[in-house]
Amino acid sequence: MDWLFFGEISLAGLAMGGLYALIALGFVIIYKATRVINFAIGEIMMFAAYLFLAFAGGMEMSPWVAVPLAVLGGALLGGVIEKTMIRPMLGESPISVVMVTIGIASILVGLVELIWTADPQLLPSFLPRTPVFIGEMYLAPKIAYGFLIGMAMLILYLLYFRFSRGGVALRATASDQAAAYSMGINVRRVFNLAWVFGSLAASLAGILVAATGGLSPQFGIIGLSVLVVVIVGGLDSILGALVAGVFIGWLETVAGAYLGGEYRMPATFAVLAVILVFKPYGLFGTHEIERV
Amino acid sequence: MRIGDAKQTYLADEAIWTSSTQKIWFALLLAALLAFPFMASSYLLYLGCLVGIAVISTTGLNILTGYTGLISLGQAGFMGVGAYTVAWLSLNTGLPFPVTLLLAGLVAAAVGVLVGLPSLRVKGLYLAIATLAASVFLHFIFAEWEPVTGGMEGLSLQPAHLFGLEFRSDFAMYFIIVPLAILALLAAKNLFRTRVGRAFIAIRDRDISAEILGIPLLKYKLMSFALSSFYAGVAGGLFAYFYRVVTPESFPLSMSIFYLAAVIVGGMGNLLGGILGAAFMTLVPEALKLLTAVMTPIWPNAPVFMSPMLEIIFGALIVGFLIFEPHGLAEIWRRIRRFFHLWPFRS
Repeated sequence: MDWLFFGEISLAGLAMGGLYALIALGFVIIYKATRVINFAIGEIMMFAAYLFLAFAGGMEMSPWVAVPLAVLGGALLGGVIEKTMIRPMLGESPISVVMVTIGIASILVGLVELIWTADPQLLPSFLPRTPVFIGEMYLAPKIAYGFLIGMAMLILYLLYFRFSRGGVALRATASDQAAAYSMGINVRRVFNLAWVFGSLAASLAGILVAATGGLSPQFGIIGLSVLVVVIVGGLDSILGALVAGVFIGWLETVAGAYLGGEYRMPATFAVLAVILVFKPYGLFGTHEIERV
Repeated sequence: MRIGDAKQTYLADEAIWTSSTQKIWFALLLAALLAFPFMASSYLLYLGCLVGIAVISTTGLNILTGYTGLISLGQAGFMGVGAYTVAWLSLNTGLPFPVTLLLAGLVAAAVGVLVGLPSLRVKGLYLAIATLAASVFLHFIFAEWEPVTGGMEGLSLQPAHLFGLEFRSDFAMYFIIVPLAILALLAAKNLFRTRVGRAFIAIRDRDISAEILGIPLLKYKLMSFALSSFYAGVAGGLFAYFYRVVTPESFPLSMSIFYLAAVIVGGMGNLLGGILGAAFMTLVPEALKLLTAVMTPIWPNAPVFMSPMLEIIFGALIVGFLIFEPHGLAEIWRRIRRFFHLWPFRS
């Protein structure tokens, strides 16, 4: 066995996993606060990446302006989706709400194709190009810097939720809506905030992933990988999102490199199936108890 | 309830056709369906066949999702199992179509039971994701198990045949698909007059109460999975005979979502809704194509916008129906009927 090759593949996989963790964090924030499983997260990422393409490629802004603008655009999109389409579904069965997000995903794909055509696109490169070596192992610079930016964002998020007022409100709402409401927390705003923050994290990750792998209207399929991540980690666990994100990213890349690209999805979904059978609420998720 | 329609027995109350008016309408509908292929253009005939297949599959998914409350993202995968079974049997055994279709249904049902096994342990969205995993695995098997499925190139098969008759044209296929669709609907209608069907509804309404009432959850949930996949398998088999080529890409995840959308747009837990939803969702893209053809002379760019518009309309239909008309087309249909019942007393 070629250990160097294995090391390089693993490293690339772990870096990709870091980005998965960031997306999964966005997913978990939304789920924790609003109990909505967001099948449209891949498409929100895609939309933000296309916004970046428009700002940096079409309008020739510097990446320092274009990335924040695109990320804010993605966050705004999340907020608008929550206000207009998720809010009216409050109290409906989870199946209906999930279907709404699937519908939103379809609308976003259509919009992107309408505005930017269905052809695959390359993002203008904005990350440093000097090769990165860790020991002997080579890591593509785009992946390495993408990982670093993603991690920085992730730490910012964790600090925000731990210490800021908004973060506390969000956690309070997640643990008990009624109690949070009676303590004077504006639960509706928290719902909206959760979608904004979740989409923000996903949007940044979307731009970083698209920078390494290119962009097309099928980009949203990455949402399926993220779904695996959050189920394996536990839908309502931030720790689970981080651990499972890194693990699934690694597994996907290693399976793709050793067995061939067609094994990427089956490999991760096999893990998903095992987890569903033995630990249905994921590695770190809260076990839901049903009271009659 | 109509005036002058008092029932004397429970049997009469549970009957499928409760009034002679209904019987007359149904007979008229059957006559229209019979006359349709002799009058319709080949394009309409093609659409008729597509709608028929969609009705069978949607009814199957309606049994599972609408009546038993188990959401499934695997319907396209089950259809694929049926289609590959038919293709393989027709290539390797030469059995006539009633046998191959039945076997397609049974194989799909077996796979459905396997997929449904986690349903006792996981519910709701987790179950949806389990079925999603199943559809990923099935797609992988279709693409990779080359000796049986032919890999990415798929399988081409002979036309359906019975007693030396070949069903090659859409016209001939219509006479297989539509009777089977009617049979499937009648069977489903009858199902919900039996203990099994009522058990499904009880599970949907509250699974814990159902269990306390003496309904073994695992058994009935698996039964629902089996029935639903049986329908999907038959629909997939018809799909195979209709296009006479089966590839892994014939049954993408988006097709599962299409059927789920058809169930929702039509109205969950309503057989009429299944029919309306399947027909509506199949015909909307065609209507858009028609519109594009009309628009092209005025606006030459129209064809470029068709495929994105289709995605947007598809999504908007799902979102719109769920927000504004959660009971679907069946509810709209009921409202129209009531208007005529009450006319002119209420306007």
